Amino acid sequence: MQTIISISELSKTYAGGFAALKQVSLDIRRGEIFALLGPNGAGKTTLISIVCGLVTPSTGRVTVDGHDIIDDYRAARAMIGLVPQELTTDAFESVWNTVSFSRGLFGKPARPGYIEQLLKDLSLWDKKDAKLMMLSGGMKRRVLIAKALSHEPRILFLDEPTAGVDVELRRDMWQLVRRLRDTGVTVILTTHYIEEAEEMADRVGVISKGALILVEEKAALMQKLGGKQLTLQLQTALQAIPPALARYGLRLAKGGAELIYAYDGEGEETAIVDLLQELSAVGIGFSDLHTTQRSLEDIFVSLVAEPASAPQRMGEVS
Amino acid sequence: MNWHAVRAIYLFEMARTRRTLLQSVLAPVISTTLYFVVFGSAIGGYIPEVEGVSYGAFIVPGLIMLSLLTQSVSNASFAIFFPKFTRSIYELLSAPVSHFEIVLSYVGAAATKSVLLSLIILATASVFVPFRIEHPLWMLFFLVLTALTFSMLGFILGIWADNFEKLQLVPLLIITPLTFLGGSFYSIDMLPPAWQTVSLLNPVVYLVSAFRWSFYGSADVAVGVSLAMALLFLAVFVAIVMWMFRTGYRLKP
Repeated sequence: MQTIISISELSKTYAGGFAALKQVSLDIRRGEIFALLGPNGAGKTTLISIVCGLVTPSTGRVTVDGHDIIDDYRAARAMIGLVPQELTTDAFESVWNTVSFSRGLFGKPARPGYIEQLLKDLSLWDKKDAKLMMLSGGMKRRVLIAKALSHEPRILFLDEPTAGVDVELRRDMWQLVRRLRDTGVTVILTTHYIEEAEEMADRVGVISKGALILVEEKAALMQKLGGKQLTLQLQTALQAIPPALARYGLRLAKGGAELIYAYDGEGEETAIVDLLQELSAVGIGFSDLHTTQRSLEDIFVSLVAEPASAPQRMGEVS
Repeated sequence: MNWHAVRAIYLFEMARTRRTLLQSVLAPVISTTLYFVVFGSAIGGYIPEVEGVSYGAFIVPGLIMLSLLTQSVSNASFAIFFPKFTRSIYELLSAPVSHFEIVLSYVGAAATKSVLLSLIILATASVFVPFRIEHPLWMLFFLVLTALTFSMLGFILGIWADNFEKLQLVPLLIITPLTFLGGSFYSIDMLPPAWQTVSLLNPVVYLVSAFRWSFYGSADVAVGVSLAMALLFLAVFVAIVMWMFRTGYRLKP
């Protein structure tokens, strides 16, 4: 798939000496939903702020659809819409005026029909004449999305889009992101809510302490790292694992009342059938069984808990 | 040029003036009217002519300049400070807009507002005192030049200030005293020689002098010198704004 944003060896050290980004390289593909995961202070916002022109990089290069974000900033920025993390709106303007203002600011001629549809899609139409300071936090979040989409961008950055929003808005926002993806818009969202990435993303990047430590297809990541576990409640507690079952790497729990089989999910599902047959053969009966899978959150926690690996280009799946 | 952006910012700023019409227009007009009533009509009647015109007429250019300078600075400084304060400036900084376009639209809107206000005050003054304008085109030229120059200063102030106190501090402690001491209410010829020399360090003296010359044909400082000084101030302020954008001073980390 074609690359739409190319980030090469990007670093940012702030005036106080804090290194927010360390040699980050990343390719974002056209039309994908990319989730950038990381704990607070990991460098997510710095990364997207550099791409959007809000922060000056210390070293490195970023291109947006082939346009350098510094030398050819007009073409690069015209393609991007940004929904910031904070509810940063004017106070006294009306919804209609502020969204129309954003469209003009990004160099697009007035198109009232488009703005009307956008406000309707975001359930803002009946608030179009309301002053921004009169709106609730959720409504302000919708206004920020409308502003970001007002100039029909091809790339949308959502910085912590569902931080502090209610369930309804979160669901609406997920639907909106999918609709945008269906129209070819590339969506990059930063989040520390794993369920958000799990729900929406095509690919996931994990950033920790300014370094990108992993980029992977979400499904492949779950497959590779999201190990599964089969738990059997035994009819009779075992003292030890029978030698005949040694190759499965089984372990006992709850005083021998549970037998646990961990497998990595990469084609080992068939081994369960073999295991159950062999259990029957050695006379071990069970009253119940269930399987569990590591969530993206478990994977994330284990990744950021480990020291960041050496910087490397991580745009493509290995 | 991103003309759509320039237009959007310019109209957005002008709309703010319409929303705050009382504060933006009526308040300066009323305060200037009070100056005319007190200094022009009440006290002015006891003051002999200055440079061949009645005192009431003499202070007209100075009072307009007083309003023009303070309004230009406050309009432009607030225009860029407020988005910084609300952090909505992220949108401006991430838009495909050049530094020149940002300055053109913000400073252009601030200067437009203060020029319009000055013309309203001029019309108001005509109700209270008779005056003449010998060089109307030069009068308009100096009006626009001064509005642009001090809107640029206001823009710098708005970027520099990181709280409302600082935003008020410069107009209150620097602009207003310089304007009062810059010959708005007197000719610097009326000062002792030593103070005349000190006055020449005050940039506002040149602006008031040139503006008054466009009304009555006489000036404290040669018009050419005043013009050169006004252009110099503009050039200095433009250079500072360029430096601010180039380095991202208080705009981009």
